[in-house]
Amino acid sequence: MSLIFKAYAVALDGKVLARLDGVVDPGTVWSIMGASGAGKSSLLQGIAGFLAPAFTVSGAVLLDGVDILTRPPEERGVGIMFQNALLFPHMSVLGNVLFAVPRRDGGETLDRRARRGRALAALDRVGLRALERREPETLSGGQRSRVALARTLAGAPKALLLDEPFAALDQALRSEMRRTVFGLARQDGLPVVLVSHDPADAEAAGGPVVALDGLPSPAAQSI
Amino acid sequence: MAGVMGSGPAPAPARARGWRWLSAVLGLLVLGPVFAGLIGVILPAFGYLPPLGARGLTLDIITTLVDEPGFWRSVLVSGVTGLVATALSVVLTASILAATFGSAVLRLVERVLAPILSVPHAAAALGFVFLFAPSGFVLRLISPSLTGWTAPPDLLLIQDPWGLALIAALTIKETPFLFLMALAALVQVRAQEHVALARTLGYGRLAAFVFAVWPLLYRQLRLPVLAVLAFATSVVDMALILGPTRPPTLGVRIISWLQSADLNGWLLGSAAALAMFVLVALVIAVWLLCEKGVGALFKLISASGQRWPRDRTLRFALLVFAGVGVLVTFLGFGGLVVQSVAGFWPFPDVAPQSVSLSSWRTRLPMAGDVLRQTLIVAMGATALALPVAVAFLEAERRGVRVWWLIYTPLIVPQVAFVFGLDILAISAGITPGLGAVTLTHALFALPYALIALSGPWAALDPRFEAIAASLGKGPLTRLVRVRLALLAQPLAVAAALCVAVSVGLYVPTQVIGGGRVTTVTTEAVAASASGDRRLIGLFATLQLVLPFIAFTVARGVPRLAKAARGLFRHTGAAVVRQRP
Repeated sequence: MSLIFKAYAVALDGKVLARLDGVVDPGTVWSIMGASGAGKSSLLQGIAGFLAPAFTVSGAVLLDGVDILTRPPEERGVGIMFQNALLFPHMSVLGNVLFAVPRRDGGETLDRRARRGRALAALDRVGLRALERREPETLSGGQRSRVALARTLAGAPKALLLDEPFAALDQALRSEMRRTVFGLARQDGLPVVLVSHDPADAEAAGGPVVALDGLPSPAAQSI
Repeated sequence: MAGVMGSGPAPAPARARGWRWLSAVLGLLVLGPVFAGLIGVILPAFGYLPPLGARGLTLDIITTLVDEPGFWRSVLVSGVTGLVATALSVVLTASILAATFGSAVLRLVERVLAPILSVPHAAAALGFVFLFAPSGFVLRLISPSLTGWTAPPDLLLIQDPWGLALIAALTIKETPFLFLMALAALVQVRAQEHVALARTLGYGRLAAFVFAVWPLLYRQLRLPVLAVLAFATSVVDMALILGPTRPPTLGVRIISWLQSADLNGWLLGSAAALAMFVLVALVIAVWLLCEKGVGALFKLISASGQRWPRDRTLRFALLVFAGVGVLVTFLGFGGLVVQSVAGFWPFPDVAPQSVSLSSWRTRLPMAGDVLRQTLIVAMGATALALPVAVAFLEAERRGVRVWWLIYTPLIVPQVAFVFGLDILAISAGITPGLGAVTLTHALFALPYALIALSGPWAALDPRFEAIAASLGKGPLTRLVRVRLALLAQPLAVAAALCVAVSVGLYVPTQVIGGGRVTTVTTEAVAASASGDRRLIGLFATLQLVLPFIAFTVARGVPRLAKAARGLFRHTGAAVVRQRP
């Protein structure tokens, strides 16, 4: 399914920071580029439902035919990844992924074994099945990012939001991680919105690029 | 930032050693009395108390203690009270936090809970009596309309044999403490991001907080929780007012043995204090075991993937419950003030028939001396505790880890080691007075000063001192003129907290002071036994007012000082201008 923006805009104290219009097709990546402070992250937080009270959103964001802006965050069905992997330090690697696996698929309730199986499969997709018992703090930076990706995908999201997810990785890991993230998102047919200040990210993503200039003007760029 | 400016002046190794020495000395000052106090009860418990002519080493005293009527019952009630009150406080803290996290209500809750923390335990217990005693306010509200009662019913609503009233009042008093400690720890566990993440995975607000944040938060809360557990198990003042009487809790029995002041009482009291020490250790062990069990259960539930997305009703219910609890608590405090000026106030009447200040007029001269002693002790203890706290924090900042140590006086039961200190003092032929009481108060005020200051201490940008150092200012100037000056407001609040703690201390005052030193808290507890409602109201009001004044001054004085500085600068400029 597609992620559809209809005059979606984020404003701070009445001033519009950024606006999006258009359709993100399944398996494609929109890259939102701009200097820090341009409101990129606010755009994503607005979609996921975590804007601070000073911000306001307007317009509509349709996913699966529903305007998710009217839903609480837990019912929006969007997966999000940050620069920091944010693995729960009190859960094992498998525990982190298991925490994301839904209880139901369609009409049927998944039992423990089925959920565990899905969590392991998600770890398999990022090549880290062998690390299921490890504690997050024993992992390398790259491994943490991969587990975070496995966790996000195991949550069966309908769209994927990426907030500078590669910024903390070193150069060599970065291109490898880009391949993994975009590849798996394409496999799952997820519409992806990526926020970054690194042009190489947008290049690897291969989709449309939205430039935000950081000037909070009502005519902020749109497609 | 690894630059010169970012890391602050690097401490020379020699100076770090100095800090280590200093904190070792300070640590001894904290731990010394605790261990001395324990020795002071252990020796007499085995029959060794030479000044009173007891020199045998025997188990007789302990067997006598165990054979005392109702001994095991006292032990059981104390242990159960401690465990249940602590468990309830922890659950309430988690629920209120989960229900309010990420909403504007959280700040409101913080504001209404903070004053309850500064209220002395005894005052909270007396407020509880005002509301829930058989002749209390709640029954007056519904009598005789709903109950048909025209006289106070013969029910054990307080001082019930299982300590339920005591448990309820302890929970009301300890929940704000844990809540505010949890609030301070929230930042360290990246609560906001973790909750956001769990919610994108479909978890409801409550579930997201409970699964993603609470286990992390609890780790940070462990020492405060153990302090609450030890306190609730060994509490004396609240148990005297609200606890069971036949038999009373172990803590209350220790105090009454001590006050019997004959040799046998002292020896039995020592043995009972030792028993209290063992009991608290046992209760802590039980708690740690339960922690493991609950932790495993938690893992199981969180791995089940249950999301609980629709929790609006439950969140609302939790908020209403907490709101009613807070309201009732404040109603109790208000009732105590009214009680101090109430005239004739027969049972089913909701309001007194007349109000007068006569009780204040006749009793203020007597209360004046109590007030004077209360203030001397509180300000003395604050003056001692605050510099020590600053020294600890400065040492901590230079990598000397002493943090765990400060919880010792909070986790070792007061009534056990303070009793021992008194025995040691008397054995040495010293009659402890105001000075000794002030010293012990400082010991209990210190941990709270450290708790209150550690956050602001860590938050202050070290580059301010780096700048001062680059301007050629020495370490003492940097500390006083930069760090302490910048942290004047938190320091003032910490001082107010020390005053509030000291005003509320019962056991150290009663045991070390031995009746020679009286504070508003010892008098309020004594009044509660007398049943004189106006006297209870008077001392309870003073108990409420002193911390309130302390915090008001603490918030106001730094602001005034700032304004005054502005004024001086102004006049200074004027002087300059007048010069030719």
